[in-house]
Amino acid sequence: MTRLFANANYDFIGVRRYAYGVTAAILLPGLLFLMLMGLNYSIEFTGGTLVQIRSQKTVDVAQLRSGLDQQGIHGAEIQGFGAPNEYVIRARVAKPGTDANDTQATAAAVSHALDTVLGQGTYSVLRTEAVGPKVGGELRQKAFLAIFLSFFAVLAYLAYRFEWRFGLAAVIATAHDILATIAFIGVMRLEVSLTIVAAVLSMVGYSLNDTIIIFDRVREDLKKYKKDPFERVLNRAINETLPRSVLTHGTTLATLIALAVFGGEVIRPFALVMFFGVFTGTFSSIYIASPVLMAIEQRWPGALARGHMGTTPTPPPPSPAGRKPQPVGR
Amino acid sequence: MTIRTRILIIVALVALSVFYLVPRQITIRERDPVTGVMTDRTERKVPLKLGLDLQGGMHLALELDQSKQVSADPKRDLDLALTVLRKRIDEFGVTEPLIQKVGDSRIVVELAGITEPARAKGIVQRSAFLEFRITDETKALDKAIPAMDRTLRSMGVRGPDTAQAKPSAVEQLLGGDTAKKAATDSVKKTAADTGKKAAAAKTKGRPDSAAKQDTTPARDTTPIIGGVLNGLIQPSGGAPGEYAVPETAFPRVDSLINLPQVARQLPRGVALRWASQPTSVGVESVRFLYALDDRPIITGSSLEDAAAQIDPLTNGPVVTFTLDRAGGRRFGEETGKHVGDYMAIVLDGRVQGRPPVIQSRIGRNGQITLTGRGLQEAQDLALTLKAGALPIPLKIVEERQVGASLGSDSIHDGIVAGLVGTGLVILIMIGYYRLSGVLAVIALAVYLLFTLGGLSIVEATLTLPGLAGIVLSIGLTVDNNVLIFERMREELIHGKTVRLAMDEGFRHAMNAIVDSNVCMVLTALFLFQFGTGPVKGFAITLIMGIVASMITSIFVTRTLFLIWLARRPAMTTLSI
Repeated sequence: MTRLFANANYDFIGVRRYAYGVTAAILLPGLLFLMLMGLNYSIEFTGGTLVQIRSQKTVDVAQLRSGLDQQGIHGAEIQGFGAPNEYVIRARVAKPGTDANDTQATAAAVSHALDTVLGQGTYSVLRTEAVGPKVGGELRQKAFLAIFLSFFAVLAYLAYRFEWRFGLAAVIATAHDILATIAFIGVMRLEVSLTIVAAVLSMVGYSLNDTIIIFDRVREDLKKYKKDPFERVLNRAINETLPRSVLTHGTTLATLIALAVFGGEVIRPFALVMFFGVFTGTFSSIYIASPVLMAIEQRWPGALARGHMGTTPTPPPPSPAGRKPQPVGR
Repeated sequence: MTIRTRILIIVALVALSVFYLVPRQITIRERDPVTGVMTDRTERKVPLKLGLDLQGGMHLALELDQSKQVSADPKRDLDLALTVLRKRIDEFGVTEPLIQKVGDSRIVVELAGITEPARAKGIVQRSAFLEFRITDETKALDKAIPAMDRTLRSMGVRGPDTAQAKPSAVEQLLGGDTAKKAATDSVKKTAADTGKKAAAAKTKGRPDSAAKQDTTPARDTTPIIGGVLNGLIQPSGGAPGEYAVPETAFPRVDSLINLPQVARQLPRGVALRWASQPTSVGVESVRFLYALDDRPIITGSSLEDAAAQIDPLTNGPVVTFTLDRAGGRRFGEETGKHVGDYMAIVLDGRVQGRPPVIQSRIGRNGQITLTGRGLQEAQDLALTLKAGALPIPLKIVEERQVGASLGSDSIHDGIVAGLVGTGLVILIMIGYYRLSGVLAVIALAVYLLFTLGGLSIVEATLTLPGLAGIVLSIGLTVDNNVLIFERMREELIHGKTVRLAMDEGFRHAMNAIVDSNVCMVLTALFLFQFGTGPVKGFAITLIMGIVASMITSIFVTRTLFLIWLARRPAMTTLSI
């Protein structure tokens, strides 16, 4: 039997203050950067036109830009996309003098510029996206609403299944994850698209998953070891679930690496965000959710935690393998 | 539950999934858009419908365009537009189009596998508002131009100085004598007109404006000839009410005559309409402008049928149409009254071809000549005319279009990523859990089958993010097995027998599995509710994946263990 982290006995909760330092060191510069630079929203959210082309010859980007300028489309972004002769052109402003919510004029102007600069028939359009600012605004609203509401749904469910203290701790940890991930998206200059919103929500689910598995063990251990201080119960639960965490994170990261490397240009940002989410989710389950739960229980002890709130200094917990099997079951 | 029942249930579920995943032949009865003949077509029904981002296609979101025409009842008009679009796309012949109303003000159209996006957009967007109008014979525009020019002058719009120095090319080409005569006529008339009007203004009072009116002609001796419109709009010498404008000046003139102050100068009962296309006259390209009766003698709503044909005489495409009975009667009466007059065919506000003269009373049948355009365009026009006009034009507020090649690249990438990811997961699971890992891998295969089968049963659409979701869920779904296995290991270490450890492991892991999966489903549900297209696809695969993963880990893996234990009852150590 190969066992990773068997009999692990790390004092996770004891070093929580250092962990807070790490969180602050990551979050504060990240959020500062976010405030200064803002997020890089995709066409879907800002409105605008995106055209992905495959050209037969190399595209002179400067020439293409001046061609777009001539059509009244200023400040367009032109980028290589994946393959060497594939480009994405993003025009966020509408052609002047046209109704911005009627996307056709701008789209026509972009294709006209392409025709004149590259020559008709020397390129093929792989993908077009044209979104009016009104639709984009609605979508942005919906995305925030989705993240926000899912928050409360999860809080309600956890309050029902565990109790509100656990739910609150889990949601605070999730809030941390979302902030950290958004900061990551900002610093990496990833484009915030619907796919990224999907990645953030999946990351939320994943991180909650992790927190719940630790909390489930905490709930069980609180009943099992009636005399232990709360801190030791937490530490034990985290250590006991460590092999599972390592394995699951391993398989998830394996699929994410496969997606990032082979999944293509559209999926790569999704994989990157999830990849980051696995780390921040694991970190927050251990160092945010658990200490916050402890703080809440100290302040407003629940029925389960009562009796675990002794003020005695905690000796390191005994190793799980060394202890005698305890009667289990509820 | 005995092992036999468990196996039976699993076999039944697997069979169900496989049944839904095997492509079937289904027969579709379909109407040929050109000939109108019903034909039976057998189609291979693919189990999982691919989203637009994977198979290529077009997604359009449309709203009523009220910039030119305000809708009195937007709700009703949108419903009407929806019906018209359904008919048109039906005729266009796209397999499984999606046309639906979203919210109160938007229509979403999804056309999969479309190869001519521009054509499809035209069919969706064309108002197809057809009217027949008699051209104006009162020279209303000639009379109105001086007043228009004066208005423009007072607004500060001036024509180029060269406008008159060089005699208009149009005049030379078209005109011959008639045009010149008409031009000079109009000049004379308007000069007189100006004088009269200026005098009228003077007597009417308003000293300011009167003074201005008075001084202007004094400073500029030929105020009318220098007028912007006067230099650009010339009678064509063809049908009455037909004027020629150089194609280069078309946008400018169009914007000028549409200024409300200018448009007001046109007498009531007359409307201006442009020709749909420029006409080349000699080397010059001109755009005809028509002064028409404001009241159409008949509109496309009386149309019963329309078809595209090639006119044997001109070899050009024509659209023949048949009016309904009431429409035919009215058309007959009106054309009978107007024999010898010219009738303009106006489609979506643009005059089609040059207005023909009405030779005699016309009945229910007629035709529209489309000069210089292809048969396909004629077919598209016939199609939209037959499906009916849109009450209010539609504008595209969102468009997504993916080429088929990009779609198949995405599928290829997704499959490669899936295979590599699955390979890595199998390595980790078997490497770490040995024989139990093999059971987990078998469960993983069953899981994949269930997920795909389930998606096929609910007729979900597989999108690119959805594909990523499946790949991701391969990594996630083993989590349930990992939870169970780790718990079993703990129980074994605590000295329990193999059988007891297994039971305890499953029992204790259950809580964590249910809670964590329910939370995942909750977030996915919100994603499904708020996301659009591709993201919805992601949410549905995630939800289906979680359900399938719970079934496999709790039920299938357990059954596999039970079988294993039943075959080796004396086993004291578990390969885990």
